[in-house]
Amino acid sequence: MSDDRHTLAARDLSLGYEGRKVVDGLTLELAPAGITVIVGANASGKSTLLRGLARLLKPSAGVVELDGADVSHLPGKRFATLVGLLPQQPIAPDGITVAELVARGRYPHQGWFQRWSTDDDERVASALAATDAASFADRHVEELSGGQRQRAWIAMALAQDPDILLLDEPTTYLDVTHQIEVLDLLLELNRSRGATVVMVLHDLNLAARYADELVVVAAGRIVAQGAPGDVLTADLVESAFGLQCRVIPDPVTGTPLVVPLGRFHRDAI
Amino acid sequence: MSAAAVETADVVARVRRARRRRATVVLSVLVALLVVVAAASVSVGSYSLTLPDLLATLAGRGSRADNLAVFGLRLPRFALAVLVGVAFGLSGALFQNLLRNPLASPDIIGVSGGASAAAIAGILLLGLGSVGTSLLAFAGALAVATAIYLLAWRGGVLGYRFVLVGIATAFLMQAVIGYLLTRAEIREASGAFVWLVGSISSTRWQDVAPVAVALAVLLPAVIALSRSLTALDLGDDAASGLGVRVERTRALGILVAVALAALGTAAAGPVAFVAFVSGPIARRLLRTGAAALPVSALVGALVMGAADFVAQHLLPGDVVLPVGIVTGAVGAPYLLYLLATANRTGRGA
Repeated sequence: MSDDRHTLAARDLSLGYEGRKVVDGLTLELAPAGITVIVGANASGKSTLLRGLARLLKPSAGVVELDGADVSHLPGKRFATLVGLLPQQPIAPDGITVAELVARGRYPHQGWFQRWSTDDDERVASALAATDAASFADRHVEELSGGQRQRAWIAMALAQDPDILLLDEPTTYLDVTHQIEVLDLLLELNRSRGATVVMVLHDLNLAARYADELVVVAAGRIVAQGAPGDVLTADLVESAFGLQCRVIPDPVTGTPLVVPLGRFHRDAI
Repeated sequence: MSAAAVETADVVARVRRARRRRATVVLSVLVALLVVVAAASVSVGSYSLTLPDLLATLAGRGSRADNLAVFGLRLPRFALAVLVGVAFGLSGALFQNLLRNPLASPDIIGVSGGASAAAIAGILLLGLGSVGTSLLAFAGALAVATAIYLLAWRGGVLGYRFVLVGIATAFLMQAVIGYLLTRAEIREASGAFVWLVGSISSTRWQDVAPVAVALAVLLPAVIALSRSLTALDLGDDAASGLGVRVERTRALGILVAVALAALGTAAAGPVAFVAFVSGPIARRLLRTGAAALPVSALVGALVMGAADFVAQHLLPGDVVLPVGIVTGAVGAPYLLYLLATANRTGRGA
């Protein structure tokens, strides 16, 4: 990763599917070298926002900017060397090994006549090492546990060597141990490599624990943004998620911990 | 780099070398088998050559009869079988890869059917020659593929929608062909019918040349697309994240695959199942997630060459079957097998 940080931002960004507006005139500047977590209720537009930032969706209005320039003018491969993406449900072809999958991440760095080089081997190896995936590099992806598989995919995004890593619900379908494993890995990558990490998460408590900056989305707009300790209040959770709760300090980290009330325990205290 | 990183780089390089070695072995074996089938195809027949005779003939020292049998009759036929096999094998592998569905081959989703219907119309209604028929076959295949593409479009093309729309289209094309055949004179219809089953009998060199030229034009396009296709295997979003222009790549890939299917169909008729089986066999041989296009092409050539040999010599006497009967008899059980196992693993279709 280079030392001059690249910045990704959305300006007055509107996104939608077939005329239905999902993200509505949203402006967001992503903190370089930080971990930004986007949270929101189902259908709030949080995944759509991430897809827009990753250039998977064409804005109906506004722009996504990389270092101040409209990303839609950038060649795809150039963008891919700066911004990596882990989509929600990537497909591992049958019979592919972890090493081969990770090697696919070198695609944007290779041209028409450029053969595979030892440099590529080293990048793949360093991505495998960084994700602690080297020990199962020669195994088939379909034989792996959910946590290992997700590490392999993150390794592929790392082999792409991007400054900014976008992840769409990287912990979905993982049990709690593997969720922590993946989030710890992302935190480590952020701290050791200075990678800018932007992800969508469902779990508010994990989001509060791992985010430097929390972005709360409701109805396609940002309703709150800032350090989790400043942002995540009972009132905000009620307005953005329609959930009554109490917010107490996490006994381990001191970050906010959301304790839902629910219909039956509302009057317990 | 640390010692551990060096070790990991070694593992990465080793996995890659093992893959390449396997690919080399598979390609070599396929080429060797193709040579064996070629030797058998040009020497066995109502007038058979011994191996020394064959070698002498190939070296240019054959008798007039040997030369006629090998160069005049059997070699062009075998050459056409190989070229058509390559076209079908590549077309099927491209479609299956682009739509991520093993059922998405041109013979199943109506693309070959579109080529056939147009070609039959050309033969029966317009009385076209071979060049006109070929062009019309391409137009028919392209029209069908475009129609399927548009009908399956929902802000992007999903593989299973494409396949379902395609299967419906295939039935429609069967209906068109059936109508054209019933309206035609019986003598013309029977000629068209042999073509429909898929046949390369009585091939001459002048039939082979245009197919070779067309293939020489299409192969560079396949090679140019192959790297993006490999990235497309990971799903549209991940491919997009790697910098691939997904819909553009898919549209171009389908266009090339349509041209290949039309080329094979125009030359030999819609030979059943060659396009359908080549890609999956190639993938299974390589045991890799990669698209395996060169191997698919060779498998297609081998299937076509071997099936034509069997079609000529399976039945006693001088009864010669159209090659499509043999490929159909082998391909249909394979389709059943694929459907059965796809259901069991919850994958595939």
